[in-house]
Amino acid sequence: MTSLVNVSKSAIVTRGSRGSRVAFGIGAAVAFLLFFAPTIFGNSVTNNLTQFFILLIMAIGWNLAAGYGGMVSIGHQAFIGFASYAVLDLSIHGILAWYCVPLAIILAGLVSIPVSFLAFRLRGGYFAIGTWVIAQVFQLVIAQQSNLGGGAGASLNDLNNLNPITRDNITYWFALGLTLVALGVTGLLLRSKVGMALVAVRDEEFSAAATGVNVVRTKRLVFVLSAAICGGAGSLLILSNLEVQPDSSFSIQYSAFMIFMVLVGGIGSFEGPIIGAIIFFALQQSLASYGAWYLVILGAFAIAVTLWLPRGIWGAIDPHHRRSIVPLRYRLRASKDDLSISDRAID
Amino acid sequence: MIWTNAVVQGLLLGGLYAIFACGLSLMFGVMRLVNLAHGDLGVLGAYFSIILVEHLGGNPLWTFAAVIPVAAFVGYFLQRFLLDHALNGGELSPILVTFGISIIIENLLQQTFGANDQSLNIGSLSYQSWKITSDIYVGRLNVIIFVAAVLVIVGLQFFLSKSRTGLALRATADNRRAASLSGINPKRTRAVATAIALATVAVGGLFLAMRTSFSPTSGTSDLLFAFEAVIIGGLGNLWGTLIGGLVLGVAQTIGSQINPADGILIGDLVFLAVLAFRPQGLIASRNLANR
Repeated sequence: MTSLVNVSKSAIVTRGSRGSRVAFGIGAAVAFLLFFAPTIFGNSVTNNLTQFFILLIMAIGWNLAAGYGGMVSIGHQAFIGFASYAVLDLSIHGILAWYCVPLAIILAGLVSIPVSFLAFRLRGGYFAIGTWVIAQVFQLVIAQQSNLGGGAGASLNDLNNLNPITRDNITYWFALGLTLVALGVTGLLLRSKVGMALVAVRDEEFSAAATGVNVVRTKRLVFVLSAAICGGAGSLLILSNLEVQPDSSFSIQYSAFMIFMVLVGGIGSFEGPIIGAIIFFALQQSLASYGAWYLVILGAFAIAVTLWLPRGIWGAIDPHHRRSIVPLRYRLRASKDDLSISDRAID
Repeated sequence: MIWTNAVVQGLLLGGLYAIFACGLSLMFGVMRLVNLAHGDLGVLGAYFSIILVEHLGGNPLWTFAAVIPVAAFVGYFLQRFLLDHALNGGELSPILVTFGISIIIENLLQQTFGANDQSLNIGSLSYQSWKITSDIYVGRLNVIIFVAAVLVIVGLQFFLSKSRTGLALRATADNRRAASLSGINPKRTRAVATAIALATVAVGGLFLAMRTSFSPTSGTSDLLFAFEAVIIGGLGNLWGTLIGGLVLGVAQTIGSQINPADGILIGDLVFLAVLAFRPQGLIASRNLANR
């Protein structure tokens, strides 16, 4: 670091690089093409893509809390299930299911505020179990609401009069749209001042506080955003499954999936959840017939990655943050007449 | 009278939670590691007992003698070969690794034994009871579990305060670096802590299996109850953990008395209330290492 301080005056501080601009361009092109997926691929691929986007949204949400906020939650299924049920409840009250989606996301964000006040009393591993208990409370309370089907669950009947293919396509566009919104919000947040504060908090909470970062408020903001994003996944789940049931809507498996995707892809990176979701989705499709073994493999894989590849696959691909789709870190780049300085990111 | 009965039954149930909780508390105290597979390891012990009884016969009570040492052994090496590495990997990795272990255990059990409920048949002990008053009967097994819980906590407390290894554990809990500077082997100390934790959770797992039916996923609720007991009682305090277990047990039985489906929820709400209004726990610890 000290050697970098004394470089020539011609050095330039930038965020992007050629790699990052290419990556962003490719990402934007892929996103544009994906809008036409229903007409290009037909119904079954479209539905698979919807499932994939739901997983990806969950991973983005969880990564925001764990990877950037340092808060490993095992209770984010609370927000997933809550949003599913919020869509159901609002549609029972006469709001068309599509309009329920943004409302459910907002509600999931709002409900996470009181949750954060309780959960933030705990740290580290106890925070993890604490959120787990809170998710259990959500599940137990919802299971007692007889107007929402109680423990047996209920169906979303609002969209029954729609042509199934049209319904699937609209759900798909919702999923794609929410994915892009989640990515956009995450990217913008991380590039903002809050994002820098977050990275500081994650790396060393006390030093961050000492340099004037409001640690608790920053963490709460991230926690709420992450809950809202997971709420987006939950509201899509009910649109695609058309039914909810407390045990499955609040299943701990969602936490296992989110953790797996983020760890394997690369925790604390923008690209990690995307890579993780692709790998997880492929594994899910190919290992689904193995029943419980598939989860055993998942667990073992997660342990192995944590121990031997702690920054995940993206960390291995891009150890110096040169190719990031959304460049978050400032870097010092040497000008042409000062080639001795390497093009390295400053973390 | 039904309320007195609910309190008595709740206290007896709480003993079981305290057994589950003390190992969790010990591991956290010594190495700041929250073992998310704690409950599943207890359930694993219960399945081990089922296998032993299936092949060797007899009353499952004898399997304590086999399961406890095996659990301690497993704990020692689990720490040496896996958890120690996780502890070196930063703050997040122990949480993620132990959650991975939890998923592996639950699904291996599901694959091997199926998802159905099982139970350990201990013969007449499971329904014999003592009459306290005309309305209150206490199950003999429940009383045995309660006594065992108190013995486990007292024994652990005694071990920590009197033995050399206990001193090493407390020293490590207090200040890891200073402990290792004064000649305590941190690796061995951590492994001993995990061995003790797994031995106690195996006791809990076997008692749970004798008391009620259990399934591969029972470990989750055991972990959550153990955790609630630890937080209700107050971190870093074994007596607090016992009290926390008892409070949780009573809250659950009173909740069930109000509405059979509400037991766990009332327990959770008591936990959340403690978290909101008395986050240091009912019995605040004077000294983190004083356990």
